[in-house]
Amino acid sequence: MTLLTLSGIRKSFGAVDVLHGVDLSVDRGEVVGLVGDNGAGKSTLMKTITGIYRADAGSIEFDGTDVLPLDPGARRELGIEMIYQDLSLAKQQDVASNIFLGREPTRKLFGLFPGFIDKARMDREAASMIARLGAHLPSINRSVGSFSGGQQQTVAIARALTFNPKLVIMDEPTAALAVREVQGVLDLIRRLKSEGIAVILISHRLNDVLAVTDRIVVLRHGRADANLATARTNMSEVVSRIVGGGDLSAAAMHEQRG
Amino acid sequence: MAHETAQPGLWARAQRTSVEQLHIRLESFIVLIVLSAVMAVLSPFFLSLSNFLNILLATSTIGVLAIAATYVIGSGGLDLSLGSVMGLSGVAGAYVAVNLGAPSPVGLAACILAGAAAGYVNGQLITRAFVPAFIVTLGMLGLARGLALVISDGRVIYGLPAVMVYVGQGRPLGIPMPVIIFVITAIIAHCVLAYSKFGRHTMALGDSESAARAAGIRVERHRRILYTLSGALAGLAGMLFMARINSGDPTAGLNYELTAITAAIIGGTNLFGGRGSILGTMIGALIMGVLQNGLNLLAVQSYYQQMAIGAVLILAVFIDQYQVRKESRV
Repeated sequence: MTLLTLSGIRKSFGAVDVLHGVDLSVDRGEVVGLVGDNGAGKSTLMKTITGIYRADAGSIEFDGTDVLPLDPGARRELGIEMIYQDLSLAKQQDVASNIFLGREPTRKLFGLFPGFIDKARMDREAASMIARLGAHLPSINRSVGSFSGGQQQTVAIARALTFNPKLVIMDEPTAALAVREVQGVLDLIRRLKSEGIAVILISHRLNDVLAVTDRIVVLRHGRADANLATARTNMSEVVSRIVGGGDLSAAAMHEQRG
Repeated sequence: MAHETAQPGLWARAQRTSVEQLHIRLESFIVLIVLSAVMAVLSPFFLSLSNFLNILLATSTIGVLAIAATYVIGSGGLDLSLGSVMGLSGVAGAYVAVNLGAPSPVGLAACILAGAAAGYVNGQLITRAFVPAFIVTLGMLGLARGLALVISDGRVIYGLPAVMVYVGQGRPLGIPMPVIIFVITAIIAHCVLAYSKFGRHTMALGDSESAARAAGIRVERHRRILYTLSGALAGLAGMLFMARINSGDPTAGLNYELTAITAAIIGGTNLFGGRGSILGTMIGALIMGVLQNGLNLLAVQSYYQQMAIGAVLILAVFIDQYQVRKESRV
């Protein structure tokens, strides 16, 4: 039932070693929280999974395939999607262009020239995807940059879910959202799980992580330092594993209040 | 949500419709009409079929360069070598046909190949050596011009074969050949940019390189193709110009990148990438053509024309930035 297996992943940027051999596995339909201090290597690790960064050493197996030699496009084809913290949207393009970027349905122009975009189909499918997410956008034909932060995130989520992913990585999906919108994202994660889609959730909001995950992996100094079953852990343990000793109670108290 | 219920004014709606449906800025179209009307009032010669064809003929070279500028700038890049590569291409074609005695089709192909080769070098240096596009193409501006002078020994190469001259001076059905080639090129370029996967990826790339990369678009490869295409189009412009003046002139296309980039920007191409259309650029190119033609008819010294083009470029970017600041939350 294992969907994703990382072993011994190393990555350095010049003289800076970010990942020192990370092991991580995710089952089908499992929600894994990835937590750690700033600079622990969470985003870097995720980008080695999506192929934006190439790991220096180690292996990544996804759904029985060694994905290490594949480029980001090929990994998306296999079912790895990521919702980036900055959303990575093309803000001057419209909703459908963003959702289908890199995977546009094509037809032949005048029945002769291949590679032309089927815009009508794209708009139709984009609209139905947005509707399935229960979201409302002012217009499907407007540039994404004219939308509010929450609306832009809807587009980013729709892009990740349109092509039947097997794994969705979310990098701080709730950091910039209002309270009601946060609940929407957490509900969405539960829904993905019920559909058998695995989720890796990166978040600083430990309450969110404790609420929706099955397992919490703590990244510390470029290693997977702890692997905790969410049902058998609590806020103070997670916090102590993140900061790794020192004045734990104060930090835990602070998190509980926040 | 206040902005959903607020009814935008008629002008704002017309602007939005024009941008969303036709990919052109309404303002540039109005500028073209007003400019033409002013010229028609000022000069009795302006409104005639022959002058109209003159404008199109003069616009054909700049127009092809402006198409290249639209693709490259739309992708978040820059090609300052357009004019120089155009000059190099004309000399290369004339040299191959006249000095080497190759058949006319080979001479014509040599123009486009020379341009594509220069563009290919640009693309390689930008994506593999990581030298900024501004520097690479500025360097190529000097390299290509110098190479054109070296090949031609600093002299104009005369005596093109008749078939090559026909491409520049022939008039089937009374329409100049360069105009026909230019219009066909523009139609293809429009369809590809607005409706093809390649064209949409070009704009997405200029909009957000990280989004394009995350979407699985091979960014570096795409840029290499774009710069090669830009060079090939500069080669096509060089071919049209060479054939029209019936010679390979190493100084051809001097400062044309200024006019071509201006035409693209006036047409609504975002200087920083992500937005642009061939329809808009064609209106921009026509504005430049009408401006030059009108100033010629009014016997304004060409020095002032250079100044006018430069001023228009700065004005166009100013208006564009003003609009962007007003409209966007980015």
